[in-house]
Amino acid sequence: MSLSGAFEKARAEGRPLIVGCMPAGFPTVDDSIASMVAMVESGIDVIEVELPYSDPVMDGPVIQKASDIALAHGVRTRDTFRIIEAVAKAGAPVVLMTYWNPVERYGVDAFARDLSAAGATGMITPDLIPDEADEWLAASDAYRLDRTFLVSPSSTDARLAMTLTHCRGWVYATALMGVTGAREAVSSEAPELVTRIRAADADIPVGVGLGVRDGVQAAEVGAYADAVIVGSALIRRVLEAPDRAAGLASLRDLGADLAKGARSVTR
Amino acid sequence: MTAPTLPGYPALPDISGHFGRFGGRFVPEALIGALDELDAAYRSAKQDPAFQEEFGGLLRDYAGTPSLLYSARRLSEKLGARILLKREDLNHTGAHKVRNVLGQALLAKRMGKKRVIAETGAGQHGVASATAAALLDLECVVYMGEVDTERQALNVARMRMLGATVVPVTNGSRTLKDALNEALRDWVASVQTTHYLLGTAAGPAPFPEIVRDFVGGIGIEARAQCLSQTGALPDAVAACVGGGSNAIGIFHAFVPDTDVRLYGFEAGGDGVETGRHAASITGGSAGVLHGARTYILQDEDGQTVESHSISAGLDYPGVGPEHSWLHDTGRASYTPVTDREAMDAFQLLCRTEGIIPAIESAHALAGAVKIIPVLRDELGREPVVLVNLSGRGDKDVHTAGAYFGILDQNETIVPEENL
Repeated sequence: MSLSGAFEKARAEGRPLIVGCMPAGFPTVDDSIASMVAMVESGIDVIEVELPYSDPVMDGPVIQKASDIALAHGVRTRDTFRIIEAVAKAGAPVVLMTYWNPVERYGVDAFARDLSAAGATGMITPDLIPDEADEWLAASDAYRLDRTFLVSPSSTDARLAMTLTHCRGWVYATALMGVTGAREAVSSEAPELVTRIRAADADIPVGVGLGVRDGVQAAEVGAYADAVIVGSALIRRVLEAPDRAAGLASLRDLGADLAKGARSVTR
Repeated sequence: MTAPTLPGYPALPDISGHFGRFGGRFVPEALIGALDELDAAYRSAKQDPAFQEEFGGLLRDYAGTPSLLYSARRLSEKLGARILLKREDLNHTGAHKVRNVLGQALLAKRMGKKRVIAETGAGQHGVASATAAALLDLECVVYMGEVDTERQALNVARMRMLGATVVPVTNGSRTLKDALNEALRDWVASVQTTHYLLGTAAGPAPFPEIVRDFVGGIGIEARAQCLSQTGALPDAVAACVGGGSNAIGIFHAFVPDTDVRLYGFEAGGDGVETGRHAASITGGSAGVLHGARTYILQDEDGQTVESHSISAGLDYPGVGPEHSWLHDTGRASYTPVTDREAMDAFQLLCRTEGIIPAIESAHALAGAVKIIPVLRDELGREPVVLVNLSGRGDKDVHTAGAYFGILDQNETIVPEENL
């Protein structure tokens, strides 16, 4: 299914999408494919594949640890495309999240070409702002990929409007002033930011990230967001599991809980 | 004051923070507001005589600048050149870095921020930051790789004595680049109350410009001192380059003087050909790291590669974007100096002038030793070479003592007859 189709369907059902994040190649390429397929099967709507990077400044310790493990096992940029292809076949839309340097190193146009060929719907760029994104704007147009830039509670109205005009598909609202990682309480700044986004662009779907760790919190965020992004909580299920099978089972449990939370939302 | 610039080029950075294709802002959107705030505060401070007076007063009365320009007679005789040493090692806290931290701490106060954070490798920038924070009554948190906190326990003690909190960073390679990542993470979460006191002329705009301008006094002073002492500009200026703040600080005033050759010496470690080095320009390639496009050490996939140098202050896999630009335009030349060449120069300066330099600064001197014969041939006379002695070597006694076999593994003195 296309991502826009998934957003439309979820909107019709009056519920948010759950976007589940997992680093490519964590702990190995095949394991990461198995994890992501299990996430899809347990009811997670969209898979966000994160390209592991040596210096992930926007990510908290859980994602960095998982990325370090993937890199230590030798995952390469080209493996990420293979993973996306395998996960897309499981039936869920797949988006890629990546820091900018690996894209620039691969070649922006070639990266967009291979990303599109692998079946991804688009790319989230945590350290690329539209001001620096000329090459990506052109390449994403050429290969019809979605562009998801980040907006933050500290973004001015002018920057918010500018960023939204460059987004395509959906926008990523960083809910907390902080990095990613499962938290005790969900941010109170998030609903306000989503309201500001909607005032600037009534149509674009809004994903809210940073902090959700279970179905109850997913329902809370899903009451006002079009997509609830869950990362660290899922990754921790794999990191903390005694073995592979237990990790997959634990992932499925959380996936099902998140999906249930999303479906409990009434709008 | 108009910014000195290379003839035929506009003053840089441009309005969007770029030096040609380098620089810019490759950071999460959450930091853009803080960078804009910093930019505005800096533009207004630059125009404000009261700020300039306060900064100038601290530099003069507290930091001990202008630093001396010393004509090193015995070294000059030995090398067949006139060597002028810019004695930044005599500044308070022992290096050029005090200029940057005082400027940025004053900016933090101007923005109403009561907390500063900093990253540090060997601990020099951390100590300087803790010093400025103590002086100006700011809370200070320093991120330091766990490996470095073990290697540089004395600097950890210094920072704590000065009232700073030192946070050991256990992520990644547990060194400077990871400390920088952690400081950026803190900043993303604390921008409203906190200023990130970046330690070198790198990172996202406007940091490369602000740090350059705060340390730019080095070159302005040295240029005037050289004119008054020798009646002419030097033939060449030599500086070591890690992140590159001391180098841009001494280069900047000389950029329009196109007869003055500018030489940046990178840390060649075991030799660039071995892969164990920190020479981002000579041994790296253009990429994006820590908020800017610049030369970096990276693998085929754009993952950052670990750097290696005997000098902790140069042991960083990137370089300030203005150096990348100076390299591309050909205005400055960048070449590597190995650990061994640097340590030879370290010993030479100790024995000829009675000055123990920082190992970083020994790289600048080692580079000067290499270029002197070339300059002599080109000019047909003894060249005048200005070397930035960016820091003193007290902090390196441990490393140099081990290198020269004076201290053993337990930091005990090895008897002289065993040497």
